[in-house]
Amino acid sequence: MRKNYTCIICPRSCALEAEIEDGKLLSVKGNGCRRGAEWLSSEITDPRRTISSSVSVRGGVREIVSVRLTAPVPCDMIFPIMAEIRKVSVKAPVAIGDVVIHDVLSTGSDVIATSCVLANDE
Amino acid sequence: MIENRKAVVIGSGPAGLAAALKLDSLGVKDVLILEREKETGGILRQCIHDGFGLERFGESMSGPEYAARLCNDGRDRGIECLTDASVMEVRKDRTLTVASGGGLLEYRADAIIVAAGCRERSRGAIMIPGERPAGVFTAGTAQAYMNLYNRMPGRNVVILGSGDIGLIMARRLTLEGAKVIAVFEIQDNPNGLERNIVQCLDDYSIPLHLSHTVTEIHGKERVEGVTVSAVDSSMKPVPGSEKFYPCDTLILSVGLIPDNTILEKAGVELDPRTGGAVVDEHFMTSVPGIFSAGNVLHVHDLADFASLEAESAAESAALFIGGKLDTGRNVKVTAGKGIGHTVPERVSGSAPFSISFRVTEQGRDVTVVAEQDGSELGRRRYPLAIPSQMLTLPVKGVSGSGEVEVRIL
Repeated sequence: MRKNYTCIICPRSCALEAEIEDGKLLSVKGNGCRRGAEWLSSEITDPRRTISSSVSVRGGVREIVSVRLTAPVPCDMIFPIMAEIRKVSVKAPVAIGDVVIHDVLSTGSDVIATSCVLANDE
Repeated sequence: MIENRKAVVIGSGPAGLAAALKLDSLGVKDVLILEREKETGGILRQCIHDGFGLERFGESMSGPEYAARLCNDGRDRGIECLTDASVMEVRKDRTLTVASGGGLLEYRADAIIVAAGCRERSRGAIMIPGERPAGVFTAGTAQAYMNLYNRMPGRNVVILGSGDIGLIMARRLTLEGAKVIAVFEIQDNPNGLERNIVQCLDDYSIPLHLSHTVTEIHGKERVEGVTVSAVDSSMKPVPGSEKFYPCDTLILSVGLIPDNTILEKAGVELDPRTGGAVVDEHFMTSVPGIFSAGNVLHVHDLADFASLEAESAAESAALFIGGKLDTGRNVKVTAGKGIGHTVPERVSGSAPFSISFRVTEQGRDVTVVAEQDGSELGRRRYPLAIPSQMLTLPVKGVSGSGEVEVRIL
């Protein structure tokens, strides 16, 4: 079966043409680099994405701090992870890279802060 | 009192920070960055999504992380940055008046790099008729509400325009619990990156309707709905195609325009096609010593590209400060068949350079050439050329004074 995909690894957005049989990738055309083929074989069997959001901050100069996942997670885990992110808050000061949730929902991906927030009294 | 500086950079976004760092590494130590916001980073501060840095740092990160890399580097090197400082006026003699928390400041610089970014087109700019209720936002404003101020712009959202920020906000709103009803695009092809169509719309089953636009906004206090019409090939609404969509929020992602009000006052020649300054291959404007780079010059597809362009401008500015910039010529660059605009619009030196351009229509296997007096300066084949994507063409140095024409073969 022939199926078309758009690679989402980088902004080039290569148009991929895949030949798939029984859920297995036989061949791929149109990928500008090796990562495109790697992404596609994962996309067919186990599609994954990363997400960004924000988390409440206690005692900081700002209400929230931006966060992201450190590794892509299965697509069906995105909304459950969002529910976890909504539950937590962190205490200022927050630095870039601070782990907000370790191994969120056992996906192997951490939720980390992507900006810094100073404490109110600093 | 006028304070003298070797270089002043206006703006501390991806372009301004990269320019200042480049100047510093080229030995121009007396650099001042002027930023009108309270914090550095420009629009990167609110772009919390992933995908920045792939071109420049070889890894994917969020906007705030990209900004922090540049800011920290600048801080380590002792580059001075004045925040909460709005440039009120730039003059031909490279003096500037700046309004800051500490009052009005006056500077004179050997070189000025303008990297002040762009603004979003608003409801007024596209003249949507109807009532004027609350709940109509540009995509960037909605992004600032959510990512900087922790405020939800609305619950039931229609998005007009398929620019990247609109697509990113479709996903962001969905993740935070809003219902994004649909995205409408007046053109017959999407404006944003294909990858954003996939990971921001398709992943969340948000429909994208091409060749459709909002023709009326309804609601007294708050938006209660929008009327959407199909448009014909000349983008005129088709009578009888109107459909009402109930919603409480309309988000506009309908294009960006460089903000050049400061440069206009300095007498810098502007290009009506880009909305930015007319520059030569050194990114120098028509006023010697005033340079322009990043989205204030022409709107880029990626922050990384704005940074890279600003670094080139900084290299030229460093040469200018040292009296070594090659500006012996004045050759025009014109946009020929199938080309919307070019940057640069003129050439002053003899060294090889790169021309950035956008095509006017979509095409596959498009070959673009640059020619001067019948001889070819550069040629490149593009597997896919679409108007929403900026393309570049490396060319040999010019000779003589004949125009350089860029066109599709």
